[in-house]
Amino acid sequence: MELDSLYQEVILEHYKRPLNKALSANPLVQVHHINTSCGDEITLNLDMDGEVIKSITWDGVGCSISQASTSVVSDLLSGKTSSEAMALIEEFQVMLQSKGSDLGNEDNLGDGVAFAGVAKFPARVKCALLGWMASKDAISQAVAKINGLSSEEKR
Amino acid sequence: MNTQFDVSAVRSDFPILDRLIRGNNRLVYLDSGATSQKPVSVLDAEREFYTKHNAAAHRGAHQLAEEATELFEGAREKVATFLGAKSEAIVFTKSATESINLVAYSLGNALPGSKFHIKPGDRIVVSEMEHHANLIPWQELAKRTGAELVWFSVDPNGRLDLSNISDLINEKTKVVALTHQSNVLGTINPINEIAKQVRKVGAFFVLDACQSVPHFAVQVSELDIDFMAFSGHKMLAPTGVGVLWGRQELLDEMPPFLTGGSMIETVSMESATYLPAPKRFEAGVPNMAQVVGLGAAVDYLNKLGMENIHNHEIQLTKLAIDGLSQIKGLQIIGPTNLEMRGGVVSFAIEGVHPHDLGQALDQYGIAVRTGHHCAWPLIKKFKVVATTRASLYLYNNTADIEALVSGVERARDYFVGR
Repeated sequence: MELDSLYQEVILEHYKRPLNKALSANPLVQVHHINTSCGDEITLNLDMDGEVIKSITWDGVGCSISQASTSVVSDLLSGKTSSEAMALIEEFQVMLQSKGSDLGNEDNLGDGVAFAGVAKFPARVKCALLGWMASKDAISQAVAKINGLSSEEKR
Repeated sequence: MNTQFDVSAVRSDFPILDRLIRGNNRLVYLDSGATSQKPVSVLDAEREFYTKHNAAAHRGAHQLAEEATELFEGAREKVATFLGAKSEAIVFTKSATESINLVAYSLGNALPGSKFHIKPGDRIVVSEMEHHANLIPWQELAKRTGAELVWFSVDPNGRLDLSNISDLINEKTKVVALTHQSNVLGTINPINEIAKQVRKVGAFFVLDACQSVPHFAVQVSELDIDFMAFSGHKMLAPTGVGVLWGRQELLDEMPPFLTGGSMIETVSMESATYLPAPKRFEAGVPNMAQVVGLGAAVDYLNKLGMENIHNHEIQLTKLAIDGLSQIKGLQIIGPTNLEMRGGVVSFAIEGVHPHDLGQALDQYGIAVRTGHHCAWPLIKKFKVVATTRASLYLYNNTADIEALVSGVERARDYFVGR
């Protein structure tokens, strides 16, 4: 059935048992993103260990696609450097905007490739991107914060 | 079923209903609250305007301009008769949203001393069940003028809580803006009961009739209100045309909103004077073909009879509420009795997000709306993230409702049962 191409088993698994869905205390950066067209929203906390992402934790409400996708990204980016993470987010975004022609590289995106089918449902692309865009925002803020701190230290 | 209402004959007037969706599924269109489908007679009227009579109404010294003007004003006449109003009190806008903004901006433009002037300490009353189109313009007017915005609450059954009406609508109140029928809950509000208090304090009563005028007989002479806004596209007409009805004596005195050509009486380089309504509020070349289409839509509705349409929709609403209520974990958001209620049914199911439900229904050919329905505060009030909404119209039949109920069951099994 067509529905199964959208709702891969791995997506439903992440939806039912989301990873990292408990906000950490005192995060380096916290962001709050909303999908204004449907009201889905997430709060996402990011902690860094130098250049490396220590943890991404989150909480929120939304459809299975947005919840599962946030679960996947929070797991995938942990342990990556900020520039590796940004490249993966870019790769995921390109896959979702490919209208289904880009099936994604599982070596890089892991469970993220399960969302390749979402690209064929234009109305749902935003759902799949919610957690990834929140992560991108959080990482940029964290990098700016760290650079700001180190330049202050130099002074 | 209703013997005076032949739904299969009605359906044959709407070619889009023959479409197959996502493969081989019959289209089950249950999103008329967002926009209605259009009968052939409306499409023909619009096309005929362009193929035979197109010219700028109220301008030009030629035959086509004369015909365009006659058709445009003829449509105004039809809309006026449909509402039991005078045609001078019917203003064409581009949308109901513009109609409401027209009133809000016009009041905001009134100078001190004018009976329309809004000042700090004045009060504007809305309700928690307003569509954003009848909330944000008043929020903004309140900000611009320093007036206070207050609102009626909605009770757990989806009805307006009127217990504090005389506190809310008091001598400070300048404007009361309420919906006739909720686009999320289906609730029809007791307008004349509220109007008594509005009259007592001398405020203006603005009615959002987007979900009522298309679905049951609305006569302005029977409603004790001052302004009423609705859109054409929810009542079989093309997009791009909204209506504002207002009390003639108010419209003629109110400051203009959009200014420019067609609405002036005299113009010098320094200033201008303005025509009375409706021209006062119709700056620029209007959406003529769309207005003519609205006239054809009114003809179509009159031919069927608004009472027959309402009865048909209520029978289907009963079927939908009865059927959906049987589904495990499903909660109807809004009144479950049919008193003072229209054909909009919102619901939530435990464990299935509305977006996922809407996606599954779409795969079965069933078109519904999911989300906050441009009524975010109301959705939050009911403590759900979003709802799924089925909204009915005259072309829906019992097979549509059966498809909805079984589609929701199937979708529930897919997400919860797996």
